[in-house]
Amino acid sequence: MSVSSTTGETSGGSWLYDPKVRSIFAQVVVVGSVVALFYFIIHNTAVNLEKRGIASGFDFLWEPARYDVTGGFLNVRSTQTHWDAFMAGLLNTFIVAVFGCLAATFLGVVMGVLRLSKNWLVSKLAAVYVETLRNVPVLLQILFWYGVFILMPKPKQSLALFDMFYFNNRQFLGPKVFFGDTPALSAAEQEAMIHRMGEVKYNKLVEASGGVENVPAALAESVKPVFGTGSWILPVSLIIAIVGVVLFRRWAKKRQENSGEQLPVFWISAGTIVLFPILCVLLSGTAVNVQYPELIGFNFVGGASIPVAFMALWFALSTYTATFVAEIVRAGILAVNYGQTEASFALGLRSGQAMRLNILPQALRVIVPPLTSQYLNLTKNSSLALVVGYPDVVGTIGGITLNQTGQAVECIVITMAVYLFFSLVISMFMNWYNKRIALVER
Amino acid sequence: MKMKVGTLVFGAAIGLTAAAANATTLEDVVARGELICGVSTGVAGFAAPDDQGNWSGVDIDVCRAVAAAVLGDASKVKYVPTTSKERFTALQSGEVDMLSRVTTWTFSRDVGLGFEFVGVNYYDGQGFMVPKALGVTSALQLDGATVCVQTGTTTELNLADYFRANNMEYSAVNVETADESRENYLSGACDVYTTDSSALAAARSTFDDPSAHQILPEIISKEPLGPLVRHGDAQWGDIVRWSFNAMVVAEEKGVTQGNVDDMKGSNDPEIQRLLGTDGDMGKQLGLSADWAYQVISQVGNYGESFERHIGVNTPIGLERGLNQLWTKGGILYSPPMR
Amino acid sequence: MSDTLRPEDQLGGGLPERAPPPSTVGIQGWMRENLFSGPINSIGTIVAIGIIVWLLPGILEWAIFDATFVGVDANGDGSITRKDCLVENAAGLMTLEGACWVLVYVRWEQLIYGFYGSDGSIWRPTIAFVGLLLAIAPLLFDKVPFRRALLWFAFAFPFIAVWLLGGGEWKLSSVLVFYGLIVAILPLLFDKMPGREILLWVTKIYPLFIAFLLFDAILDTLLGFSIWNTLLGPLAVWEFSPLPALAEVSTHKWGGLMLTIVIGMVGIVLSLPIGVVLALGRRSTMPAVRLLCVIFIEFVRGVPLITLLFMASNMLPLFFPEGIELDKLVRALVVVVAFSAAYMAEVVRGGLQAIPKGQYEAADAMALTYWKSMYLIILPQALKIVIPGIVNSFIGLFKDTTLVLIIGLFDILGMAKAAVTHANWIGLAREAYVFVGVVYFIFCFSMSRYSIWLEEKLNTGHKR
Repeated sequence: MSVSSTTGETSGGSWLYDPKVRSIFAQVVVVGSVVALFYFIIHNTAVNLEKRGIASGFDFLWEPARYDVTGGFLNVRSTQTHWDAFMAGLLNTFIVAVFGCLAATFLGVVMGVLRLSKNWLVSKLAAVYVETLRNVPVLLQILFWYGVFILMPKPKQSLALFDMFYFNNRQFLGPKVFFGDTPALSAAEQEAMIHRMGEVKYNKLVEASGGVENVPAALAESVKPVFGTGSWILPVSLIIAIVGVVLFRRWAKKRQENSGEQLPVFWISAGTIVLFPILCVLLSGTAVNVQYPELIGFNFVGGASIPVAFMALWFALSTYTATFVAEIVRAGILAVNYGQTEASFALGLRSGQAMRLNILPQALRVIVPPLTSQYLNLTKNSSLALVVGYPDVVGTIGGITLNQTGQAVECIVITMAVYLFFSLVISMFMNWYNKRIALVER
Repeated sequence: MKMKVGTLVFGAAIGLTAAAANATTLEDVVARGELICGVSTGVAGFAAPDDQGNWSGVDIDVCRAVAAAVLGDASKVKYVPTTSKERFTALQSGEVDMLSRVTTWTFSRDVGLGFEFVGVNYYDGQGFMVPKALGVTSALQLDGATVCVQTGTTTELNLADYFRANNMEYSAVNVETADESRENYLSGACDVYTTDSSALAAARSTFDDPSAHQILPEIISKEPLGPLVRHGDAQWGDIVRWSFNAMVVAEEKGVTQGNVDDMKGSNDPEIQRLLGTDGDMGKQLGLSADWAYQVISQVGNYGESFERHIGVNTPIGLERGLNQLWTKGGILYSPPMR
Repeated sequence: MSDTLRPEDQLGGGLPERAPPPSTVGIQGWMRENLFSGPINSIGTIVAIGIIVWLLPGILEWAIFDATFVGVDANGDGSITRKDCLVENAAGLMTLEGACWVLVYVRWEQLIYGFYGSDGSIWRPTIAFVGLLLAIAPLLFDKVPFRRALLWFAFAFPFIAVWLLGGGEWKLSSVLVFYGLIVAILPLLFDKMPGREILLWVTKIYPLFIAFLLFDAILDTLLGFSIWNTLLGPLAVWEFSPLPALAEVSTHKWGGLMLTIVIGMVGIVLSLPIGVVLALGRRSTMPAVRLLCVIFIEFVRGVPLITLLFMASNMLPLFFPEGIELDKLVRALVVVVAFSAAYMAEVVRGGLQAIPKGQYEAADAMALTYWKSMYLIILPQALKIVIPGIVNSFIGLFKDTTLVLIIGLFDILGMAKAAVTHANWIGLAREAYVFVGVVYFIFCFSMSRYSIWLEEKLNTGHKR
């Protein structure tokens, strides 16, 4: 069909043998059957749904969810809507996908390089890691890591670091920084909190905050705004720093091309991005409040926390995906001719420089396309969150909402659309990056 | 119309054209020679495969009772394990003839989803279990606690309602199976374990030190668990309902697996009607006259089933409690056989 | 040092050869070379040893030294349960010290065969498994004794396996569809077989026959009239066994490792041809066909397998008229095959793109039809390039079979989880997971070793 059509008209013969006619006929048949199939499916679904009394449509999204979403990064109460629950799930999926990809890349690159190490023990250990973990289903690994994390101490016996960081089998906690002024609790809000928390717990909270006036109103809400009034200085200064760094890098590059002199570009850039905003915040006198996690009642209150279900999922996904990344990186480095390394040494580059300036940029061209599909796989595998109860998209809209409303078609369609969207975004980003690093040919 | 596709795994998609068509579920089951019963994927004491690979439990006994009544052989059951997510679809689509899998009878399921609950084979209620070391004596002291809960059930809705009604906060650890909940609770990943109190007791009995845990007095919901069938086939609903009721009546009347043959000569008219020596109840159901005799001789009465799988002498160790006969202080009550 | 060399040294006479310094040979030399060749290297070694010392003893103690292996009724309560693994600890409580492998010992049959054994026909999957090994051997390796005969066997094996595992009696249409496939494919695979001309006719009629049956099925669904049934009358509903009769074992009894292998093998066998067709479709010049293939491939690759499985368990029943039921295993298989076919299509597409354009043009110049040029010229070259990629997809597919437990099928992981929900074994999840992990590791690791071996073997063939 495809190739023969390029040969054009056949000699004489009936129109039956005309490749164009045949091609059109074949397409009409294929499209016709697909349309018929879809009609069949949609018709049957409509009839079945009507018979079961399930109203199709997405109206259920705006009804109260009647279940709570907890254990992720955004809590949703049962009085909020299914849409809110879905949003919380979306955020949780997004977070685990992004951090998973970052960790998998880092660990994968390290392991890929270590496997090529001249140190026999280190390279063998890296090989054992890669070969073991990539050959065991990731579902099992998620269950395994969850089993490991819940063996950590209970909240009351939390491992503490400087009385700031706490690790227990539910959460990993650290201090949370609030920028800008958050108004203190009004009398009515205080009363509401006492009613909700009970006298004892409230007093403990006041004590932990160092006085009633210091209990920020933000604590009263489940969603605590990190950025209060007057905190605009932080994002603004950050943007200024980034713009400055970009300009500085351009200038440094030009300078190096002209004079051959090098500046410690990385350290200067990193220092600027970190220090400049901090300096601005301090000099402008913006209020900075640090809230430490405090054990009140059953659990820690306040501070920034990471749920253990997330840790297990994140660990399992990144260690599993890292094994594939390691193999990709190893293959990529091996694909660069050893002559390149020797050439770098001949030019007087140190081995770190040779890797960074010569080998890795060339290896990246081999590495990026398969890396993209690993990122896609990680994102899709994050749907296994349901086995550890991390409320992601599949757990919220594709799980409890589906169960409670019976809107199977709508819920599954939404869930699939989310993953398709993520896949599309990752593919687009990686294609853009791939083009950027591609070999510029004359 | 009932068509069967795919029993031959590969090529039989075409078997669709040559299908037998039956009007009712009863005819289907009889023609098939086998009852297809949707069960859970594993709840200790209610439905779980034993070391020989045979399913057993109180939910399984309901399936067996129906098979004994309809087919005369309690072993002619095909058990289809269903997850809590897919159970209703399985029943609606006709994949199973009936569901007997710890399913709570609620208004929305009975009316909205188009099912017919035919009875209650276990009266349950949602409760809380905590380690004694926690020093908690009432569920009202649980503000801020982390709660282990199974997802896809009514449990999580009850939990949300209860804490909201009492102005308390909680965070949940949602997992798919009872086993995972139990592991989480034991390792202290949550402070409280909530599920039906029968399951709490069952879980506690398997702990290394059961006495270190207590079940709080609050029962926050009614959980009547029972078998259900599709709406619209009243005859089939009646058969499942009365197969189960026969087990209850048998216990009321003292008919057991052991004495059922002797009881055939009993003078009690209700026993005579039950065992088919008098009246035509079997015929009215579309079954043989000795349908209930088959149920009792092959499965036993309700009490026997209970004691065999979840009673005090089993690892689960449940008291009869609410599930005791109405004559003995419980609420188990069957409409009379007449 | 050259200034100290004397002429006779350079000529090789003079002083006797000295032994190399002790620090460069033997264990010490090896260690110096490979473990402590520099400060960074030494730190690496120490860290590595630290990791091993930190992890290994605990694992060994749990899995081996403190573990209970054999099911003996240790506490004498008349049954073998987890209680027989309990040891009294310091506080006087009975606890588990090490792994309780008794679970695996007692539940072995279920973990391997699912519920298949409950009617004493375990010999069937066992023979099927041996047959599988015999059938795979000639496909994997060149130098197998009786390779030719085994290849024939490998070809017939899927049909034998279905008969062995499923058993039961079939309708005439199913027998024709299923076993007709052998007859239809045979002449395509073997060029010089006797009676090839006649069989080629079957090959041509077969697709028409399938199309007719599908059309007939639709007709029957919509109008309640079937040409096939009307023509054949009682013959259409007559059921018989094409091979010696075996009792039917319905798929709900299939489970454990057996089910894992069944799903994996069906996925592997079917996903390759479908993947090839999809890859060809994606490179077709017909825009409609190309678009459909792109949509299918990208859609399936863009969503997680579990959402597709949810679709199979929750949505698929809605797609058919009421009363039609699809076997649960078949539903899972459809999803697994579609899923891996989409991935396979991308692997094959890579191979197709690597074939120089000249090959396509040469095939055209030979006046071959599209299918002939693909079958004879392009695909043999393209598939050879991507064999390692194909094996890697198979490994991925095999690992993904664990997900069927989410829709309530009892594969080996599902069976292990079901085992630990029983009151006798509750709380032994870790043992169950480790056992399943080891089984998967054995399968996937050998597959990946095979892939590496194959890669090397194919490489040498191309060396210039």
